[in-house]
Amino acid sequence: MTTHAQRAATFLRDEPRTDWHDQSLWHVRSKRDGSIAGIPEWETLRQLGSDIKDNVLSHLDTYLEEFERQATANGVVVHWARDAAEHNRIVHGILERHGVDRIVKSKSMLTEECHLNQYLEEHGVEVIDTDLGERIIQLRGEPPSHIVMPAIHLKKEEIGQLFHEQLGTDVGASDPQYLTEAARQHLREKFLAAKAGITGVNFAVAETGGIVVCTNEGNADMGIHLAPVQIHCMGIEKVIPRAEHLGVFTRLLARSATGQPVTIYTSHHHAPKPGGEMHVVIVDNGRSEQLGREDFRNSLKCIRCGACMNTCPIYRRSGGHSYDHTIPGPIGSILSPGLDLKKHGDLAFASTLCGSCSDVCPVKIDIHAQLYKWRQIVSEAGHLASTKRIPLLGAGAVLSRGGLYNFVGKAARTALNLAPRAVVYNRFNAWGESRELPEVPTESFKEWYDRTQTSEA
Amino acid sequence: MLPLDPAPTELEHAFREVLAASKTRFVEEGALAEHVRDFGTDKTIVSTVAGVSGTLNLADISDPLQLAGVDLAVLHARLGVAENGAMWLSETEMVYRALPFITQHLILVLDRAALVPTMHVAYRRIDIRQTGFGVFVAGPSKTADIEQSLVIGAHGPRSLTVVLRGSGGEENFNISP
Ligand code: SF4
Repeated sequence: MTTHAQRAATFLRDEPRTDWHDQSLWHVRSKRDGSIAGIPEWETLRQLGSDIKDNVLSHLDTYLEEFERQATANGVVVHWARDAAEHNRIVHGILERHGVDRIVKSKSMLTEECHLNQYLEEHGVEVIDTDLGERIIQLRGEPPSHIVMPAIHLKKEEIGQLFHEQLGTDVGASDPQYLTEAARQHLREKFLAAKAGITGVNFAVAETGGIVVCTNEGNADMGIHLAPVQIHCMGIEKVIPRAEHLGVFTRLLARSATGQPVTIYTSHHHAPKPGGEMHVVIVDNGRSEQLGREDFRNSLKCIRCGACMNTCPIYRRSGGHSYDHTIPGPIGSILSPGLDLKKHGDLAFASTLCGSCSDVCPVKIDIHAQLYKWRQIVSEAGHLASTKRIPLLGAGAVLSRGGLYNFVGKAARTALNLAPRAVVYNRFNAWGESRELPEVPTESFKEWYDRTQTSEA
Repeated sequence: MLPLDPAPTELEHAFREVLAASKTRFVEEGALAEHVRDFGTDKTIVSTVAGVSGTLNLADISDPLQLAGVDLAVLHARLGVAENGAMWLSETEMVYRALPFITQHLILVLDRAALVPTMHVAYRRIDIRQTGFGVFVAGPSKTADIEQSLVIGAHGPRSLTVVLRGSGGEENFNISP
């Protein structure tokens, strides 16, 4: 089993590419900043979003049951799935009943989490992902590397080559306009031939029993409206109390995600089309357990905007695949240890704890504080890698004793100047690989304070 | 940035600006019929707007798949949001759910009096459950999935044109179609 640090090291081997990845994501983060600058009430909106979600998590059962009642009254069939396996069985069951052997699917992190594609393909159903980024990675046989921009890790030349091989585009062609047009033609055929469409859910409204899907491409709607059967898969935490709350979340979501004022399409589905069927599958898959963890429950407030990824210095320089989890980045790192501490525990350390993720999060999740808490749990469970444990043990001994702290500080300032570079830049210290140490001050803050305070007195 | 209690002209200004940024064009009310005529006589055009004639009658359609050849749809939007350019269409306006997505080009006609400042006001004005499906449209279909390059015309319309008509002001606001 590899660690995040090892997978990140593989990503970092190509330095120009790492820089490019870093800059692409920072560009998106900057667009977000530009877009919220036009909303003076932004912080109030975040607080509202956070409060609404807190309320939801405290009354999840009530809202979900209200949603079910309202949706059923609208003519929607509501299903409940305890885990991924049950979710996949339910979806396949619906398709089987209608004799459907090909479906189109728009982006849904939940179906990724449940590995629905694989399950359906094993049962003889052809699944076509229709979001352009999702289609690209599906053709490559890869998982998404980002929750909003699934193919952000790929260069246009690589996509050009892929499309040349799989869709017959001109060899060497890499113009995004040309490649998108090729995908449009290719997927239009799929839309017209599909007998069922599947989407994820951004928000489910308890009051009205409807679900809301936000996209830019229009792929979710092309799939859903042309096929007789529509299926929407959602985690239990997607429910919100009232329609008016959509005003808060639609204002937060796109601005945080890409800096757009709103997604091009915000689609509200409440009832099946004439002669059609509409199903909503509500999935738990470990969420109730997370809800029961006092310190981590509010990770379930996440609206999947991806802002915490775009801003994270670790994500930007290690790539989404280095997290080895459906949801990468800071939010993924606080969701995944709860699913498998041994496998994902090291993700709690894939952070500088700079707090930028918490600052940008539109629903005010204290992501970096939760990363810190997971670290305690990981180290108590004995899953800490020794390269992290040994320096930390030293720090613990020093920090607990004031006199020793002062002495060690002085010794370190001297040592840092005298020490051969090999002490810092060696193979046991990954930190030194792409960093230079700061210049060492001649005195500590305490010494400076003592000196200046005495001379002034 | 919108003021707290914007005047109708400020609403329209913000609405136009944000839609222009998402590659939406505007045509004046008086020029609409000609604009559609110029689109091409050999094209398949669907229109629900009085005074604009189409070449395909929606009453002749029995299956949304028959809309696959539509080149241009001219539809009403019920409400527009100044802060982000989003326009609401219920099934009443779109007739077929697939229509505003499957058409190659889309023209939306909106009353100036139906402009509201923010999404908060919008959700108070519309009933999202009034028809089985409803959508906010805020531009032509787009993607940036290849190296973050903006491409217009992903799966839905390759262009969006908006026609504002009538005069502004809340008193004219009429929610029923
Ligand atoms: S944790 Fe917050 S910033 Fe990260 S994806 Fe979720 S909502 Fe967005």
